[in-house]
Amino acid sequence: MLDLIQLLTGSCCLIYLLGIWGIWIRRSNIIIILMSIELMLLAVNLSFTVFSYFLDDFYGQVISLFALSVAAAESAIGLAILVVYYRLTGSILIDFASLLKG
Amino acid sequence: MYLSIIVLPGIAALLAGFFGRFLGPKGSSLITTTLVGITCFLSLTSLYEVGILGSVCEIKLAKWIESDLLDADWGFLFDSLTVSMLVVITSISTLVHLYSIDYMSEDPHLPRFMSYLSFFTFLMIILVTADNYLQMFVGWEGVGLCSYLLINFWFTRIAANKSAMKAIIVNRIGDLGLILGIICLMTTFKSVDYETIFSIVSGSDLITGVPSSILTLTTLLLFIGAVGKSAQIGLHTWLPDAMEGPTPVSALIHAATMVTAGVFLIIRSSPLFIVAEDILVLMTIMGSLTALFAATSGLLQNDLKRVIAYSTCSQLGYMVFACGITSFATSFFHLANHAFFKALLFLSAGAVIHALGDEQDMRKMGGLIRLLPFTYVMILIGSLSLMGFPFLTGYYSKDVILESTFAYSFVSFDSSFAYWLGTISAFFTAFYSIRLIYLTFITETNAYHSIIKNVHEVPLKMAIPLMILAFGSIFIGYLTKDLIIGFGTPFWNNAIVLLPNDAEFLPFFIKLIPVIFSLFGAFLGYTLYSSNILWNMPEQGSVLRFVYSFFNQKWYFDQLYNRFCVQPLLKIGYHTTFKLLDKGIIEILGPYGIASIIRYTVDRARYLQSGLIYHYTFIMVSGLILLLLVISQKEFSIITPFPINVSLELAILIGAAAVQINLAKRGA
Repeated sequence: MLDLIQLLTGSCCLIYLLGIWGIWIRRSNIIIILMSIELMLLAVNLSFTVFSYFLDDFYGQVISLFALSVAAAESAIGLAILVVYYRLTGSILIDFASLLKG
Repeated sequence: MYLSIIVLPGIAALLAGFFGRFLGPKGSSLITTTLVGITCFLSLTSLYEVGILGSVCEIKLAKWIESDLLDADWGFLFDSLTVSMLVVITSISTLVHLYSIDYMSEDPHLPRFMSYLSFFTFLMIILVTADNYLQMFVGWEGVGLCSYLLINFWFTRIAANKSAMKAIIVNRIGDLGLILGIICLMTTFKSVDYETIFSIVSGSDLITGVPSSILTLTTLLLFIGAVGKSAQIGLHTWLPDAMEGPTPVSALIHAATMVTAGVFLIIRSSPLFIVAEDILVLMTIMGSLTALFAATSGLLQNDLKRVIAYSTCSQLGYMVFACGITSFATSFFHLANHAFFKALLFLSAGAVIHALGDEQDMRKMGGLIRLLPFTYVMILIGSLSLMGFPFLTGYYSKDVILESTFAYSFVSFDSSFAYWLGTISAFFTAFYSIRLIYLTFITETNAYHSIIKNVHEVPLKMAIPLMILAFGSIFIGYLTKDLIIGFGTPFWNNAIVLLPNDAEFLPFFIKLIPVIFSLFGAFLGYTLYSSNILWNMPEQGSVLRFVYSFFNQKWYFDQLYNRFCVQPLLKIGYHTTFKLLDKGIIEILGPYGIASIIRYTVDRARYLQSGLIYHYTFIMVSGLILLLLVISQKEFSIITPFPINVSLELAILIGAAAVQINLAKRGA
């Protein structure tokens, strides 16, 4: 039986940081960025379920279900934007989307 | 009646000033001259009532400043000093008004001129009738202002502009002293009223508890005020330059009235000055130095009006050192007499200048004795009176001053210094008076034929004031001698401090010394100039040439002042105050500096928005981490600074951001 700390630090937090890292490091590929966002959302979902289990409260699972559907919608819209972007530029390299500067 | 003395010239000034356009030159001169003439008549009446019948009049008109410890009213005090000053001021002013009608008749701005003249008279009356120092200061500043307006009357001339500015600025230096003096009086006596101050100060030191050091300071500051207004040495430079104004202005302001305000202040404050012995010594020395300096400077001036201006300066020196030896009545006597013969001299000089078509240089005159006999007689009377020719007006006051000075030298040593300087000045005075007459009237003419051809005697309206003044210059001294400085005269009636003086009982020979000096000076002047030996003596580079330029350039006072006071001050004003402070430090610390810092930082912060998504992510995450760190601090508060670890994190984050931004810039 894993304990709470191990689960949170070992899985949720690690996966979440991996997602952030993916956005940071993978600078050019927009699909990888979208995947990293999904990863972060999954990490959060995982932590919701973990908390739900350990706190013996089902609200966490409810919220994780909500989050799943939100993530699905979000990735759908994100992919749609990606497709539009690809039609526009002919590439999915995100560095080209830097016309809007301070 | 007493209030109308004050009000009438003011009304005249207002009428001529505001309605001169409708009244025209004739109307405005008629109105101003009439009103000032009525004032003169009323002043004579008040002299009879107050001076001779001895009924002092004081009018409290209105409250002015009311506070716990200090009350200043609009009050008018008519005692003997005031009314005699009033007679001097208004009579000279009336005659000058009358004279100006014709003298300035060709000027397009005659109403303005008349308005200024009346306004000046009004403010001078305010000055002398005030019953407290604050109100006197109103008049004091006012006559300074009017002198600016009148010197600058021909405002298109740059020389007039410059000399008017010089006059008012140099006067302001003295005024600063007067302001400080009044402040001293306020703090010491808690009052500015004459009667309060004088009654307190005349008590002994033990009773009143006014320390003598404060009195010395106060009187010193008042004396500085008098120095500025009365053109004593040090602040005298404005007076000769003030000759840029029209000649009647010189006669009114710089001979008879305004410059006497300083002496009037000293005489009015005689109860104060009498207890400040150090300042009396200072006054004696300053006055006698002024007398000598101005007399020697006037010696070799070539401008007709400037000679007379220096003689004014010199005579003011006499008045001041007469005050210094505590014979205030004598000083006043000379003030009154001097007003008459100096106004006469100036107005006659104006007649000469008028006749010669505005030529002021004495080297281009000469031979006018046949053409202008009347003016010659007038200027001769004035000059003889000025040099103290026996039994003319000047003799009665000037020689009494010198005699009193000699008598006072038994009491104090500085008085004998003043006596000899004054006597030598009398010699020089006679010398330059005769020089003036010789160069203008007696010597062969140096003027152009066209000018000489058009020389004409003064018209009647200019001749009448001259005749009246000539009458005054001959008789006033004799007529009023016993009244003003007579032995035990009841005239003053506690208006000023009178001290017994031994001057009456000097040996006859001593009394003759100044007269002998004057007559010798006159004789020497005539001989030297008529024998032509002076003309070609000062060759280039010789000692005599140096002496000539030294006196002709007024002892190089103006050059010294320009070199060591005016120019350094202007330089400081431009380089230090303006360039270094206003446009420099203050702007860099103030608007300009802050603006440029903000612009710089904003330019740098702009790069945070690089347009690259992963930069935005980085900043978002960093911000999140920072927020979490801040919230996670237990003793978090906005006021207290961040704990060390938070600050460290912050620094690391900012550093990382900077690296990111630099990378982004390089990438872009």
